[in-house]
Amino acid sequence: MKIGSKLYMALVFLLLYSPIVVLIVFSFNSSNSMAVFEGFSLKWYKELFNNDAAISALLNSLILAFSSAIISTILGTVAAVGIHKMRSKYVKSVVTNVTNIPMMNPDIVTGISMMLLFALCGTLIGFGILGFWTLLIAHITFNIPYVILSVMPKLKQMDPRLPEAAMDLGCTPLQAFFKVEFHEILPGIFSGLLMAFTLSLDDFVISYFCAGNTFQTLPIFIYSQTKKRVTPDMNALCAIIFITILVLLLVRNFATDRQLGKNSRRKARN
Amino acid sequence: MKKNNTLAQRLLAAPHILWSVLFIVAPLAIVVFYAFTDSSFGFSFSNFSKLFNDGTVEVFTLSLAFAFCATCICLVVAYPLAYFISRTSRKTQNTLVMLSMLPMWMNFLLRTYALSFLLEDTGFLNNILASVGIDGVSLINTPGAVIFGMVYNFLPYMILPIHSVISKIDKNVIEAAEDLGCNRLRVIFRVIMPLSLPGIVSGITMVFVPSVSTFYISQQLGPTDFVLIGDVIETYFKSSAASSYHLGSAISLVLMVLIFICMAVMNHFSDDESTGGIIV
Amino acid sequence: MSNKLLDLRNISVCFDDAVILKNINLYICDGEFITLLGPSGCGKTTTLRIIAGFVNPDTGDVLFEGKRINNIPSHKREINTIFQKYALFPHLNVYENIAFGLRLKKMPEKEIKNTVEEMLSLVNLKGFGKRNINSLSGGQQQRVAIARALAVRPRVLLLDEPLGALDLKLRKDMQNELKSIQQRLGITFIYVTHDQEEALSMSDTVVVMDNGEIQQIGTPLDIYNEPKNAFVADFIGESNILDGKMLDDYRCFFSGKEFKCLDTGFEKNEPVDVVVRPEDVDVVPVEEGMVCGTVTNLTFKGVHYEIIVDIGNFKWMIQTTDYQPVGAHIGLKIDPDAIHVMKKSEYSGKFGDYSTFSDEIEEMSINDEEQE
Repeated sequence: MKIGSKLYMALVFLLLYSPIVVLIVFSFNSSNSMAVFEGFSLKWYKELFNNDAAISALLNSLILAFSSAIISTILGTVAAVGIHKMRSKYVKSVVTNVTNIPMMNPDIVTGISMMLLFALCGTLIGFGILGFWTLLIAHITFNIPYVILSVMPKLKQMDPRLPEAAMDLGCTPLQAFFKVEFHEILPGIFSGLLMAFTLSLDDFVISYFCAGNTFQTLPIFIYSQTKKRVTPDMNALCAIIFITILVLLLVRNFATDRQLGKNSRRKARN
Repeated sequence: MKKNNTLAQRLLAAPHILWSVLFIVAPLAIVVFYAFTDSSFGFSFSNFSKLFNDGTVEVFTLSLAFAFCATCICLVVAYPLAYFISRTSRKTQNTLVMLSMLPMWMNFLLRTYALSFLLEDTGFLNNILASVGIDGVSLINTPGAVIFGMVYNFLPYMILPIHSVISKIDKNVIEAAEDLGCNRLRVIFRVIMPLSLPGIVSGITMVFVPSVSTFYISQQLGPTDFVLIGDVIETYFKSSAASSYHLGSAISLVLMVLIFICMAVMNHFSDDESTGGIIV
Repeated sequence: MSNKLLDLRNISVCFDDAVILKNINLYICDGEFITLLGPSGCGKTTTLRIIAGFVNPDTGDVLFEGKRINNIPSHKREINTIFQKYALFPHLNVYENIAFGLRLKKMPEKEIKNTVEEMLSLVNLKGFGKRNINSLSGGQQQRVAIARALAVRPRVLLLDEPLGALDLKLRKDMQNELKSIQQRLGITFIYVTHDQEEALSMSDTVVVMDNGEIQQIGTPLDIYNEPKNAFVADFIGESNILDGKMLDDYRCFFSGKEFKCLDTGFEKNEPVDVVVRPEDVDVVPVEEGMVCGTVTNLTFKGVHYEIIVDIGNFKWMIQTTDYQPVGAHIGLKIDPDAIHVMKKSEYSGKFGDYSTFSDEIEEMSINDEEQE
């Protein structure tokens, strides 16, 4: 490859990573200066771990991400199978388009629209309902399209004769689904679950509008901490998150690399 | 022809349809309802006439212009990168794709925060600049910083779909073009570019939509009192003093319609129905 | 072989205004090897899927041993299918694929093991039980599919173009094997194919279909020697189909000449289609020929030459072992038993003229999937 393109790639990646790297370096700074590194210290990490609000926000986020991912994966998988089986092209396209609205709409519009719905319900029953349950509903809603998006291609790739073959051999339609179709779409379901989990963990805008004062997620906590000011324990948080993600991605990459190696070896043998 | 679908099979999508109606269609209907009513819930266009008089139109224009700039810069920066990545070996490609994906997995609040940390008046970059004799440059709290923030935040969303489309282009097609007398540059402009259009389109949507509706980036990196349309909406819904669901809904509705029009226009350019290669 | 096992009565199927099957009437006897033969889109696969229970006919009845089974779902029918691309379960190994149906029947594990072993040896795959489906070749997958379907001891086995994905030599071997399996087990086979040779060599009965209608039902010999109309004559083997007229019993007229034939029962001077198979024509010197023409094309086919002869602007195809150069003037001799006379049909005039020689194009279109 030419030196120019290498240089260009290096430059772009430098742009992408320099703020994060600087932030991580300064998370170990012993003072709260943003310009001068005055000495190595873990004091911001200590401060972060002693911050109850941060820990509870993290736990909240994990609980929310976990439950919304599970529920949206179940709902989305069932929905994908249902949509796949629909015979009317018209109904199919209407349902698909409506499903995709949260994916195409700006987050802020999805957020305020759900906020209005919850506010209206709150007014009708007489007290505010914003909190965990409204967040859960919101997260499930914006997760479902992504689950469908990752399950649907597996359904389409599957030989339509497979479930028929199962029924032919004596399965009821339900048995055919669990004994055959389910195994075929499992990778799609799994990646849908993973995607839903990360999206939910990562979401700020929609949560911001749908959360009340009682339930704070990590992104909302970060927002309240970083708005127009610098707080070094956020640097520590940023560093932790970055390293976690890096490790997870490396593990995944390693796993897929090995998988690829295995497959190519198997192919070579045949 | 009747396929033997049982009733149960036909009802599989029902829970999802019910959910969609309750939590996608109904909320949007409420937005429309609020947009067309005044504070006493009587039907009126007053929200929209207000938009044209209180400077919201200017904010809209500004937001669109900023998002447009950011999208263009992203495209110009990301396309060569995606192309260069696709020309490396398979193993390097995996690593480089992972590298461009990694920042995306971090929360955008933290990314923006990291950027503001770097650009701060008393921050790291200014400190370096000062040490080489360039003093008193204001990097943060400028309109330029806002655009830079958008580019920095959303660049990966442009790189990935373009790369995934380019890397799937059949090598034989490129060889065929060379065989027919295209030089390297012509191959890029006459074969690779047109074929990667679906990726470009999905990249543009994935950068433009969050850019135009952002409110955190402008708050964090923009000058004081600098507002984009996202900030206006946020104020109408979240600030206790200036809250007006009706005005906010009207603006949101306009924003939504504008974006759907933009997307319809964009999709017109690529006949590919799928969204290119969205994340992962 | 005489008792009716399956009976299709007045079956019609429409899909989005397109008529797939028009009033199909067909009965199938116990132990029979019957083949549904036709070009793609003729409705043969749909017929099979109706019998299997995957498609409900709009009108008509499906009877199994005299009982109506329209509303019985596929999993409760004693009918099993071998699918076009085998539809083996990729997440299960060979053993578990074959045991799939048996487990659903709650058969004891020991019996399952015996049956699977028996099936594996039936299809010559002994010792393959632990193998992964994806590690098998096409022919081996085919055998697993057969074993899987036969393991549940069906009364009827449906085969939907089972050999379509195999290469020529393997296909011939599997044809013999399928036929011998059928004869050994005495199960009714209903076989769908677009390959006329396959149909003729394997079946007891051939059902020729086109356009959602049955064109002819008969033994392979009947179908070949006594085609009912121009479509059947053209689809089964090669045919020269000429526009002619029946002067009287045993006397027909075509190509501007009168010929002796063996056909009777037509009205005087009734317009008819006349079929002459290319291998039934003798090439003779011009003086001895009943009709004469010029050779316009010659192809060497191995066993014989295929020549196109222009006789009064109608192109005949003749198969001959003698070399005839292009441009040669030759005579043809047609014996009375080489002439087959058919009533006029909607297919008259559409087939049997070799002026546009388009075998390859037909074969290509046949390979497209029939459904969806």
